[in-house]
Amino acid sequence: MSLSPDKLLHAYRRMRTIREFEDRLHTEIATGQIAGFTHLYAGQEAIAVGVCEHLSDEDSIISTHRGHGHCIAKGCDVMGMMKELWGSAEGTCKGKGGSMHIAEVGRGMLGANAIVGGGPPIAVGAALAAKLRGNGTVAVSFSGDGATNQGTTFEAMNMAVVLKVPKIFVLENNGYAENTGANYGCGCEDIAARAEAFGFPVFRADGADFFDVHDAAAKAIAHARDGNGPAGVYAVMQRYYGHYEGDPQAYRAKDEPRSLRETKDCLGNFRASVTSEGTLTDPQLDAVDREVLELIEKAVQAAKAAARPRPEDLSNDVYISY
Amino acid sequence: MPEKTVRDALNEALRLEFARDPDVFVIGEDVAGGRGGTGELDCVGGIFGVTKGLLTEFGEHRVIDTPISESAIVGAAAGAALMGMRPVAEIMFSDFIGVCMDQIVNQIAKFRFMFGGQSTCPVVIRFSTGAGMNAAAQHSQTMYQIMTAFPGIKVAIPSNAYDAKGLLISAIRDDDPVLFFEHKALYRAKCEVPDEAYTIPFGEAALVREGEDVTVVAFAQSVKFATKAIDQLAAEGITCDLIDPRTSSPLDEETILESVETTGRLIIVDESPPRCGLTADIAGLVADQGFHSLKAPIKQVTAPHTPVPFARELERAYVPGPDKITAAIRATLA
Repeated sequence: MSLSPDKLLHAYRRMRTIREFEDRLHTEIATGQIAGFTHLYAGQEAIAVGVCEHLSDEDSIISTHRGHGHCIAKGCDVMGMMKELWGSAEGTCKGKGGSMHIAEVGRGMLGANAIVGGGPPIAVGAALAAKLRGNGTVAVSFSGDGATNQGTTFEAMNMAVVLKVPKIFVLENNGYAENTGANYGCGCEDIAARAEAFGFPVFRADGADFFDVHDAAAKAIAHARDGNGPAGVYAVMQRYYGHYEGDPQAYRAKDEPRSLRETKDCLGNFRASVTSEGTLTDPQLDAVDREVLELIEKAVQAAKAAARPRPEDLSNDVYISY
Repeated sequence: MPEKTVRDALNEALRLEFARDPDVFVIGEDVAGGRGGTGELDCVGGIFGVTKGLLTEFGEHRVIDTPISESAIVGAAAGAALMGMRPVAEIMFSDFIGVCMDQIVNQIAKFRFMFGGQSTCPVVIRFSTGAGMNAAAQHSQTMYQIMTAFPGIKVAIPSNAYDAKGLLISAIRDDDPVLFFEHKALYRAKCEVPDEAYTIPFGEAALVREGEDVTVVAFAQSVKFATKAIDQLAAEGITCDLIDPRTSSPLDEETILESVETTGRLIIVDESPPRCGLTADIAGLVADQGFHSLKAPIKQVTAPHTPVPFARELERAYVPGPDKITAAIRATLA
């Protein structure tokens, strides 16, 4: 599929924003300013963006504990996200959600979800709503290799087929479920084949190649939008960082993360592809890089200065009985 | 006014809400029934017949039969609710909360808060609950007492057909998730129920009997047994307030505390096991806020701390019936 320069720039900006967001968080977390558990998505940008470039605000996605990339790919407000990570009252979720629960429901981002396998059943429900209302939208769940070992993922796959809902299962094999290799934890090597066994097509893609993911997602989403029931996208791409920030990563060969950055970089691949084809130029892409850098810097400064929640905010946005 | 069973009252509540709001639908195992079979469609209507006829009347897009996948049922309801619909999920037996606990407790209960109020999650999950049908250990537990502990969800426990209808309509119109527990020994219990739609506010107890000597608080099937015990004691000149809170979350604390202020004596009855349940919760409330009104120790009448048994004799021994309630009332007056 050939994309217009505008669309290419849009996709590149989203991927670059994710990378910059995550790399900056890695630095900021080391300063001790951000509390709690943070899981970074850097390295896998082509998957989130390759899928979400096909979606509008009316389509919905549900993500994982490693959710920043999916949020940004779906168009969530980067300022609000950064403020949320700082636990500010001005954050996307008023500081009540944090990294693992960022949501922007109005943009169809139904939440990062910190229960591995928690998301797929909920996305089936969003897809069911789309089907019942006949509005032509689709719902997407992103799951890691770890979530493909949870029963809820399989329940959701079967239910999506039975109810024939416009649901896309994006399966991201990033090599590790927490501190355990996917080739140990997934008893059957071919994760996509497991999904196919439920009776829907799964399109395989190279998770470091935006164009490959974009093409696979196009097929899966078209299948679902056309009323044929669910479809899947399977992409492999290892994460650059640890399971969580602070993870010593002793389960990985020492040079694995560095070598991944050098040999499997979706941003580098994208740049090489569009400049060699002449659809975009290096200066155009460099300009995006600079703008994104400024945006992230601005977001971090804004997050540091943003209003803190008041203790009394604890008792709103929830029904209280006692 | 016509008399209706709990089952028919619930069915009527669903029919009225289906007609009022096109976003309301039911989803669950066998909620229509007959799909993929060689016989009739819509032949089951849920294992206790509560959703019977809805598919025929309102169409297939309002009655969604699912595989046996409790987590996916609750999850699908949650996702549809996030998109603005008002699903009524059916989990056949409340014991199966064990299978879908995550979707209830970590997902639907928390969305509104975790998302900073961006979205509500107006899901109703209906369960059959309780002992009395020799359904044994995995199909007879109450579970509502455990679910009452979780923030973000409301819990309704009707004890009769009138309340069942009004509470279910309230539950469907509520923006928060509601867990709705229908005692399976009460489905055929009848009382007067108006034909039209009406709501019963959550957190408003019913005063089933008025008296002076003892306050009795009871839930679900225990309300029936407590009524029997209290009516018998009335012949001896012992009169009791009987309070049916109807919802355990929110709980009408005021009605309980006011009654204890008058009577000075409190019995709490529930067929759940004794530890960390509704009886202990209410005993704690009154010890904390009504202690000075008390003339005698608070008595809790519960099931024993055992799984629900199968055999008729054992199940009768498990469920706290009128005799145990009568004995507790006498003991508190002694």
